[in-house]
Amino acid sequence: MTPILLLEQTLNGLQFGLMLFLLAAGLTLVFGIMDLINLAHGSLYMIGAYLVATATAASGSFLLGLAAGIAGCVLFALALEATVLRRLYQRDHLSQVLGTFAILLMCNEAVRFIWGAQPVALSAPASLSGPVELMPGFSYPAYRLAIIAVGLAVALALFVLIARTRLGMQLRAGASNRDMAMMMGADVRRMFTLLFGLGAALCALAGGMLGPLLAVQVGMGESVLILAFVVIVIGGIGSIHGALVGALIVGIVDTAGRTLIPILFEQVMGADLASAAGPAVASILIYVLMAVVLFFRPRGLFPATG
Amino acid sequence: MDSKTTSPSATDDAPANPAGPLDHPLRWQVGVPLLAALVMFPFAANALDGAFYVSLASRILILAIAATSLNLILGFGGMVSFGHAAFLGVGAYTVAILMQAGLTSAVLSFPLAVLLSAAAAAAIGAISLRTRGVSFIMITLAFAQMLYFLAVSLKTYGGDDGLSLAGRSTLPGGLSLAGDTPFYFACLAVSAMVFVAVHRLVNSRFGHALQAIRENETRMEAIGFPVFRLKLTAFVIAGALAGLAGALTANHASFVSPSMMQWSQSGMLMIMVILGGVGYLWGGVVGALVFLVLEEILSHYTIHWQFFLGAALLAVVLAAPNGLMSLLHRRPR
Repeated sequence: MTPILLLEQTLNGLQFGLMLFLLAAGLTLVFGIMDLINLAHGSLYMIGAYLVATATAASGSFLLGLAAGIAGCVLFALALEATVLRRLYQRDHLSQVLGTFAILLMCNEAVRFIWGAQPVALSAPASLSGPVELMPGFSYPAYRLAIIAVGLAVALALFVLIARTRLGMQLRAGASNRDMAMMMGADVRRMFTLLFGLGAALCALAGGMLGPLLAVQVGMGESVLILAFVVIVIGGIGSIHGALVGALIVGIVDTAGRTLIPILFEQVMGADLASAAGPAVASILIYVLMAVVLFFRPRGLFPATG
Repeated sequence: MDSKTTSPSATDDAPANPAGPLDHPLRWQVGVPLLAALVMFPFAANALDGAFYVSLASRILILAIAATSLNLILGFGGMVSFGHAAFLGVGAYTVAILMQAGLTSAVLSFPLAVLLSAAAAAAIGAISLRTRGVSFIMITLAFAQMLYFLAVSLKTYGGDDGLSLAGRSTLPGGLSLAGDTPFYFACLAVSAMVFVAVHRLVNSRFGHALQAIRENETRMEAIGFPVFRLKLTAFVIAGALAGLAGALTANHASFVSPSMMQWSQSGMLMIMVILGGVGYLWGGVVGALVFLVLEEILSHYTIHWQFFLGAALLAVVLAAPNGLMSLLHRRPR
């Protein structure tokens, strides 16, 4: 196990973790403040990725495509909020699960109808396609570095929004005690709409940025949705701070585990057993982590509600 | 309601006056004609050249068992388990692995499947039930995912690709499950027994205590009920019944794979229960029936059936807040 490999895996984990954070941030705020379990959050990620891919192909520019895709995804999310989701806010969690699951099915099928069952191609901008030599003997794909930079910038912007602005103050108040925030004059209806739009923008950004690395295809939202839920319960529902820490933990543990555990196992117990047990243990790792966190800290590492 | 659940004179059976809010009567006017219709069904289907529908009906009955077992903890116990498919998986893999080893007798494999899934539920429940709310949902998901990846890593038993069974389990005394119709009757017998058992359980003193815990856990604790033990018992029973459904599933498809324990399967069971009616005796059965029949009909007409299935589910959520059964009778939840 070389230091280079460790460094590379850490960067990969950081990159994945930051993208998970973009998804988890919206999910945790919607859950924490609007008290809505939104299974369709992964669908916004998928639709965002498709819109970015289409807009990029049409305009020939990745940046333009990204901007158009995000705008389109936000519009879609606002329409969804105004027509359906608004009716689910007051309902119990199980109704919300069924309702948003129905939306998830409809989104998947609509995407399959419009774009077909085959994955859609989305490639990274040519200027970022090569590797960058970070230090002698270690180069890293420029596009992945760009993802890390974008993720850090968005995380920073979110923290400024949450910690330094009036809207952020209302959001924090809403996450901590929604009824009290409403009594104190926070315009909850407007806040919910804004919040949902913001969540959709972050989803589309993550979908567009990850599109060139992963396949843009139907069902891409579901697996990442479960990971995003893992992140927000580890971090504590409603807490942006927790979402960032949770996302980085999950991203790094998952990525590093997949590479390092098989190597580790091979040294300890031989190649045969390691090839069978290694990948399984690596996949189980984040769930063990979540179970342990929930067992000792049922409200997550950074609980938002007072 | 309180006086009934706490009074020491409450008997194990449904009380003489069956109108209490915790009682869920099973009317013979509904049960007997339904059972008769289900017994006649394969003959009618075979006569009308619809043998395929016998297999579909078996699948619906099996999932009705699974959904009813989930409804026992989700609907009556208020425990939103997001890992129920794992217990089906344990039951199915038990049957498959025994069969791989040459042990095909259902007399051996079915009880063992039930036992092992009960043991898995006991272990998972003992840890998970120390949390509540969303934490409970996610911790049950975590354990189910662990079992899922464990199944993926079982390379001797097919790993990711799953395992085909040589045939169906064998019964003593020359009975065979091989044909679709005999297998249907086995499923019908098992599901009818499970349904009646769950009905008795829900209306028993234990079931009343369970429903009271759903309504107010702290109060039940204060009154002196062993809340954790009651919840764990319900969780283990539900896991065992799911294991039974899993053993039937393995026989139905003659195939097991890790995908049957994936979270999306747990989600589907949950969707069925919510669709049918959380905390209604018939909720699991109606949910499984409507979900699978809708799926079957819609997929006949269009390859984009999932869209219309979604639309139908959404319509149910908006029109019937507490599931389809709530349209039939109002019961305070």
